[in-house]
This record gives sequence, structure tokens and C-alpha cells, in this order.
Amino acid sequence: MTGSETPRGASVVVIGGGVTGLSAAWWLAREGVDVLVLDKGIVGWEASGRNGGGCSHYQSPLFAEEQRLWPMMDELLGYPTEHQSHKIIFGINQKQVDYYKYIAATIRGHGHRVDDLTGDDIRRLVPLAGPNALGGLYAHTGGQANPQRTVQAYAWALQDHGGRILQHTPVIGFERIGGAVTGVVTTRGVIGCDHVLVAAGPQGGQLMSLLDVDMPMAPARAEMVVTEPCEIMPLRAVDGNGLYGRQTARGNLAYGGGPHEWIDEVEPDGPKARPTTPLVRNLAARVAGLFPKAAHLRVIRSWAGVIETTPDGRPILDRLKDPGNVTVATMSGVGFGLSPASGHALRDLIIDGTCSFADISKLGLDRFAGLEPDWRQRKGWFTEASKEFNDHAALAG
Amino acid sequence: MSADGHLPNDRFSQVGRHPAPQKRYDLVVVGAGEAGVKAATEAAAAGRSVLLVDEHPLDPGLIGLDVPYLFGGRATAAVQTPSRLMEHVFAARPALEAAVEAGVELELGVSCWGLYVNGPNLQTLASPVIGLADLDRAWMVGFDAAVIATGARDLVLGFPGWDQPGVVGARGFAALTDLYDAFAGRRVVILGTGELALATAETARARGIEVVALVEALATAQGDPARLAALGAPVLLQTVPVKATGGIDGVEQLTLRSLADGSEQTLACDTVVMALGLVPQIELLDAAGAKIVRQADRGGFVPQVAADGQTSLTGVKALGEVTGVDGADTAYGLAWMQALMAATPGDTMICQCEDVTRADLLDLRPPRYLGEPSTQMRRQSLARLAEDGPVNQDQIKRLTRACMGPCQARRCREQTAMAMAIGTDTALGAIPLAGYRAPVRPLPLKVIGETAESPDLTNNWDVWFGIPDQWIPYAAIGTDEEPDHWAYIAANKYL
Repeated sequence: MTGSETPRGASVVVIGGGVTGLSAAWWLAREGVDVLVLDKGIVGWEASGRNGGGCSHYQSPLFAEEQRLWPMMDELLGYPTEHQSHKIIFGINQKQVDYYKYIAATIRGHGHRVDDLTGDDIRRLVPLAGPNALGGLYAHTGGQANPQRTVQAYAWALQDHGGRILQHTPVIGFERIGGAVTGVVTTRGVIGCDHVLVAAGPQGGQLMSLLDVDMPMAPARAEMVVTEPCEIMPLRAVDGNGLYGRQTARGNLAYGGGPHEWIDEVEPDGPKARPTTPLVRNLAARVAGLFPKAAHLRVIRSWAGVIETTPDGRPILDRLKDPGNVTVATMSGVGFGLSPASGHALRDLIIDGTCSFADISKLGLDRFAGLEPDWRQRKGWFTEASKEFNDHAALAG
Repeated sequence: MSADGHLPNDRFSQVGRHPAPQKRYDLVVVGAGEAGVKAATEAAAAGRSVLLVDEHPLDPGLIGLDVPYLFGGRATAAVQTPSRLMEHVFAARPALEAAVEAGVELELGVSCWGLYVNGPNLQTLASPVIGLADLDRAWMVGFDAAVIATGARDLVLGFPGWDQPGVVGARGFAALTDLYDAFAGRRVVILGTGELALATAETARARGIEVVALVEALATAQGDPARLAALGAPVLLQTVPVKATGGIDGVEQLTLRSLADGSEQTLACDTVVMALGLVPQIELLDAAGAKIVRQADRGGFVPQVAADGQTSLTGVKALGEVTGVDGADTAYGLAWMQALMAATPGDTMICQCEDVTRADLLDLRPPRYLGEPSTQMRRQSLARLAEDGPVNQDQIKRLTRACMGPCQARRCREQTAMAMAIGTDTALGAIPLAGYRAPVRPLPLKVIGETAESPDLTNNWDVWFGIPDQWIPYAAIGTDEEPDHWAYIAANKYL
């Protein structure tokens, strides 16, 4: 969609063409709802297309729906997501193995089969594993998909159902009448709407402040490394050794983990930069530690994404009371895998006012009422730049 | 608040986690070409500590991957033993001796794979560093000032059969002849008639390599007529290669087609040298976040530099061809690409690493290992995607995998951008640069990996952000079980 004229309004305007907003828009469009997705840049461009691709979120109330939907997503969307079911996590030291047992117990608690793996089991199932593989789990659930292909699949699928996408269109304000938002102010003019979904990632907090709603979040930068392709393992959703990630359908090893960097603010048009750091060396060593038989593979790139995190690290999925036609969403940095289910939940909140398939009442915005204004500082979630300021203030105080 | 008045920092953040480099220099120079050696020598003569690194002689694995030049499988076995080539490289660059005498610390056979400087969204480096590597290990070096003098690489455009041994770039040819004395060909056809093609032909002549012909897609020869005439080789105008064929050792003949009358001729040769343009090697600078601009008449994307070479990165200068190549007009390369796309079929390979053809690119076809495209997928195309907004090469590479392979898109980045421009009727300059990423040399995990992870990092390593609340099972939130989960996760999660 191009041109300079102001685009026509929509029943539901989704602000943010990340994986959560795209999925919600797809759920709406496939029911015939007139939906328009606005993005500051290109759909799926930020963390939605820059993540580990994991689909195994046993901690989430959306876990069951995540597991129900993923095996059907290629067919439902009409485009490939490269989803593969099942997941192996294994450790190379006892501490890791012990913690992975806790994860196994949690997944079993949802009624899924999880097998304990010995070192020999791992070497049999994971051709790249080596003599240091100590123990782990095989979950007959979960899995992985290709984030980049999946975000575009949502975008195309929602367009196939008559939904619209407007890229390179930052939102700069809202028009309100009474207790409702009547229009979204963009760089291309005001777009009328009956309902607004704000699913704008790290920009969500700033957008909600335009509606006098406090949506606390802190952006940060996290990094991954990618190797050249190698022989495909029977199950590609394998991680451990303090890493998350996967072997891609092409055969590359793509893994992340380790320290992140908090950043002050993300500009309305997106992060100024997504730099990587010498952490690539630590990530490479951890990948080689997990897969000793892959140590000869060449690292061909590293990359960073910027994600937002809420004060408790949990999602916010909420339909507001005021304005009553606004729904907000952040998956707090863990959104890709859950996207089939989060989109469904958001569709329910927007259309029915409540989620039909899971209790998500603990993910409301009101849990942050009374949050201290300096919560980021209290948690130590500040940047080097703001640290100097704080140090100065502390010394002066 | 801690005793020294600091607010406590998130122990899982990168603050304080980047190890200090083992060595530092007043100046680090990357690239021992003319510009780099001059900068290094002058600084050393002025009493500064200077490290000059150059990746030649290269890791033979990189030569096989066509990194950084299109070597096209035409190197002799001599390149398999880089240590024996050290003297060749030193001898080929006489100014190096004076540099060493002036006090420059010289490291040959050492590649620079990363440049890290604090900037937007990166504030945790204690000091600027570069990442270096040889065949066996990688290490970091700190610097006050850096000069990036990484030169230029080959512009590579595909035609049927270019993905076999024997199709090399002008820079690949020059490195194999002048730097390594390890060129395996005897009869070359040169694509192009400009200065680069002339220099290539003259080098070949001087070394007793037969120049079979020079081929020009345009109607006029580009280079100095007198020097062209002196070569005595046929100059075939309005002509493009339509097929290179050969055997197990690669190219044996090249079929050419006249754009004027459609007639074809086949020339016997073992090597086709692409001398169609040069591309500034900006990868270190782009990956580090330097401001990049486009200069269409100087090779395309280049760092924005002041008169003294200062880039937008504090302490980092760029000198020499990395700042742009005089005469490297991207319009010339684009004209060639247009001619090649018109004369050769869509199944011509564009990305060798990922097996992507030009037609795949224009159809946005997912990779073949995903099977036959769905009905919906078949309706999509690059032209249709362009209706949603300006096309972006980084987006296209994720969908088609063109430019995603181990050569780090040195063989396909520019021709992919050109095909996108031609396929969507967009100006080439409107296609954004496909971003470069560190490591800008593909290095094995065991080489680039920091095997000695510090205890400090190990003790504060988390798979994600180290927030216990994030991983408490939803059902337990707000119940009596929540504190136990929290305590267990906080005590055991960090691996």
C-alpha cells in the first residue's frame, strides 16, 4: 500500500506489525473483521524476526493453545513457518542437568510426555553432541519455527483474508471523544477506528503514555550467533548449556544467551542501532561446548534485537477500561513462539472482551498500579548513560 | 545502594562483562595496502605504537569461500600452505619493509573480523576494540585510534555457468597473480573494457597468460583506446556471456552472444575474469554502526568521511579504496546486469551458497528444501511485495535466503540489489544496503570462541534476562507455591 492520500479507517487498527500484532490481525481478518496493521517500518523487522524461534513456553497460560496451534499453522496460514514439533534440552554440567529436570517437571505438569535423557541418549539423538553431554530432557511437545518466515506468513495470510498493512507509518497520537479512541494519528493523517490494539513492542509504553496510561517496560538489546549450515539433525529444536536457539531447516546453528544491555529509550521510528559486541566469542564457545562435533563450523554472522521487558518479565494482555476500546499487548520479550495463541487471546479480548480458552487475568496492566516511578533504577535495569546520572545524583544526595 | 554510592547494576547485563583486551596500541591499521601502510608508517615514525594487520596470506578455507575476493577456484595448491606465502606477500609490498623499520608491528595472515566502538545502544565497552584472528585463534586488541584501509572487492554478476571453477574476479585474479604467484589459469576471457579490465589484461600479458578476448555488453569500449589496441586481443562490443561450460576442473569454454544480431560464438578458455567493477569493503565499518552513504560513481555504499578520513565513529578513520573507488560507476555494473538478465534465463544462479536463482528471487520462492510452494505462496512475488512499501534487501534475504550463506554475500549482495531494482522498476540507489554483520570473516566456532569464559561471566550467565518471575509457572503465580518456585529458579537457573 503506497501513496500519499490518508488511508481509510478500519474497524480495528493494530499498531505494531510485530509477530503479536500480526497474529492478532490475522485472527481478526480470518473472521472478516476489517483490520489495518500500522508499522513504523517493515513488518516483523524487530525482535519478531530476530529471535531463537522457540515454541515451548511451559510457563505461560497460553502454553496449551501454543502447542495446539503450531502443528496446524502452515495449513492455517497457507505459508511455510518451518515449524517442527518436540524439543531436546541438555546440559554439559550437573547444575544445568538439575535445572533442566525442573523444566521437565513443569512440562509434565501440563500433561505432556517428557523423557529423561542420559549422555548416551543425547549422543544418539543429537549427532553434534559430544562426550561432555551429561543429561537432559526430550519433550514430546514444544518445538521451533523460523521467525522470519513466520512473520511474513502472518502478514500475507492476513492480507489474503482482506486485512491491510501500512508500513513506514509511525503513529504519533490518538484522537479521543469521550472515553473512546476514534482515530489514530499517523504521519499519513488520521485513521479512524472502532478499536485499537497497541502491540508496538518497546514503543508501546510511549504510545500508551499518549493515552495517559502507564505501561511499564524497559528496552534492552540481546545478541545471537549463526554458523554456516551443516548436516540436518533428526530433531533440530535442541538447546542447553545456557543457550536458547535451534538448528534451522537449512542447517545453520542459531543460538543466543548470556548478558544483554539495557537501553534508555527506543525512538518512535525504531532503535537507532542494533549493534553486537565481543560477546559473540562467548556465544561461539558455548555453542561449541554444546555441540563439540560442530566446532569446525564457521560463524557467519551475529545479530542483535531490541526487546522490551515488563517489571516482572511477564506479558501484558489486557483490554483497558479507559479508553474502553483499547487493547494492549506486550509479550515481554518472549513473544514469537506464543504468537499463534497470543493473537487468539487478543482477538477474544477485542471481540468478546474476555479470553475464551485460558485464564489470562494475571496478565493485566493493573498489577503494576503503585509501581515506583524509578522501578528501573531499583532493579538495576539502567544503561551506562543513565548510571552516570544516577551516580552523580547519589553522590550529590 | 552499594557502599560506594552506586546503584546496583543488573548482574545479568553486559556492564563490566566485556573483558579488557590483552594488548592495546595507539593506532591499529587494518589493511596493508598503500593507504594502510602509509598511515601506519607515519604514525610509527611520529613515535606512536602501531599495529598493522593484513589478512594475506589468507586462510585457504576463505579462498575456497571466495572471501574476500572472487578467487573462483583458480588458485594453485600453493595457497594451501599460507606460511610459505608469507614472503611472497611481504615481497609484493615493498613499503612494508620501511614500515617495519619505522617501528610498525606487522602481523600478516591475521584477519580483522570485528570493530567494536561504543555508540547508540552500545555503551558497555570499557574501550574500543577490534577482533583479530589467525588460523588457530582469535583475540581482541584495544586502540586509541584505528584506520580501516580494507580496500575494495570484486563486483560479481552471474551468468549461466558462473558457479563453477574458473570464473574469477579482477581482484581475485590480481591477488592470485601479484600477491601469491598462485594463479592456475592460462587462457582468460575478460568481461569488461574499463580501467579494471585493462589492468587485468596487462597483468595477464606480463605473466604470459593468454588474453583470448575482452567482452563488453555496452556499445563502446570503456577504457583507454591506445592501451586496448596495444593488447592486440579482440574486443567484442555489445556482447554478453550466455554460458560457461566445462568439466571437473571448471570452465573450458565460454559462449558469447552478440546483442546486436543475436549471433553466438564460443571461445576456448579456462578462466573468465569479471572486471566489471569494485565494491568498497565497508563491512567492518557498517557492522560497527558507522554512518554509510551511497556514492553511485565510486562503488556504491561508502562510509561518510571527513577530508582526513574521519568516520562517524570516534577514533576511527577510513582511508583508501574503502572510502570509494574512483571510476567504479555502479551504473556500468547495472547496465551489465540488465544486459545479462535480458540475455540469460531466470534459472541463472544468483546466490551460490543458498542455491537461489534470479527467478526464485523475483518470485520470492522459499528455499527448495521446504518443498513445493503452496497455492498462496505462488501468488506472491517481489513485485507484489513492493506494493506494500519499498523493497528492502534484508527482508528479501530472509524470505529467499539469497545473501544468507557462508560467503557472507560477497558473491551476490550487489547483483541481488540490482535484480531487485530491475525486477521492481526501482532506482538502484533506492535499495537499502543489506547490512553487514560481525564476524565479517567467517571463522570456525573453535577459532572465534573464547574458551576461557571468565568465572564472573559464568556466575552471571543466564539463558535470557535472569528474571525469576518470568519463568514461574502461570498457575503458581499468586499462590502459596510462588515463593518456592521463585527461590528455586533464582538459586538454580543461572547456567
